Amino acid sequence: MTRWVAVLACSAGCYALKAAGLAVPARWLARPRLQRVINLSPVPLLAALVATGALASGTRLVPDARLVGLAVAALLLWRRQNFLVVVLGATIATALIRLA
Amino acid sequence: MSEPAATAPVRRQAWVIAAAVGAYGLSFGASAVAAGLSLGQASTLSLFAFTGASQFALVGVLGAGGSVFAGLAAAWLLGARNLVYVVRLAPVLPRSSLRRLIAVQGVIDETTAMATARDGSPGAARRAFLETAVAVYITWNLTTVAGALLASAVPDPRAFGLDAAFPAAFLALLAPRFTGRLPWLCAGLGAAIAIALVPAAPAGVPVLAAVLGVLPALRGRA
Repeated sequence: MTRWVAVLACSAGCYALKAAGLAVPARWLARPRLQRVINLSPVPLLAALVATGALASGTRLVPDARLVGLAVAALLLWRRQNFLVVVLGATIATALIRLA
Repeated sequence: MSEPAATAPVRRQAWVIAAAVGAYGLSFGASAVAAGLSLGQASTLSLFAFTGASQFALVGVLGAGGSVFAGLAAAWLLGARNLVYVVRLAPVLPRSSLRRLIAVQGVIDETTAMATARDGSPGAARRAFLETAVAVYITWNLTTVAGALLASAVPDPRAFGLDAAFPAAFLALLAPRFTGRLPWLCAGLGAAIAIALVPAAPAGVPVLAAVLGVLPALRGRA
């Protein structure tokens, strides 16, 4: 039940954010500093999701096989591989470490 | 067959982008199921939220045991950039208000990139936007279902390393944004804030607090 609430609220909010853009005059966003902050705001959020996804387990830091998966992902991204290869590479590397 | 000459290359390019997005949709569907969502919930997000990073963030936070509020706040913060894209694309979107309200749903990273690459010609920009939006919307939703079905067939997602798919997916989303020193600084700060808070705050909160990592962007040349 709470999952459905989350899913529906997320959907409604993400659409509302897009629709709200229709009502915002372009000059409100014309300030370069504001532009820079808005353009960069996904960066620390995504970095935090990478870090917690690879290290956190609940409210504890648990370094495990996921870190190897992340390293493989980083290597594949550096080699300019596509999204599926990167995610599959990380998944397979992590699974192999757990098997070993 | 009797397509205008300019449409074909744009359409081909749109489907190339859609194919790349499809890979991402597959992993979204699979990750959503691994995090405990149903196929219907994963599909509802893809149909109505239709913005990858936000969907991944919600599912990632919920899957890690975070509260609904923390998951929503992370998803909405990431979705806020679409608002900026809509402002930017306002001249490109259809004119009637009903069509505008439908078309805004298609405003995401990929469609904005395709449209703004043709800034000089409003007609070409609009066509590129619409072609890409349709191709990506179809692919994203079909691959979400496929990914969710695939993951449902896996008995123990952790044994298959599916929990490692999240950080890898977020890293892949982050990688193209590393242009210059400032993004590296913001990313490092965000990751450090989140890691420092993991033992101290409920799941999901560290990710939200990491938005403070954007502060270096306030300084310097404006």
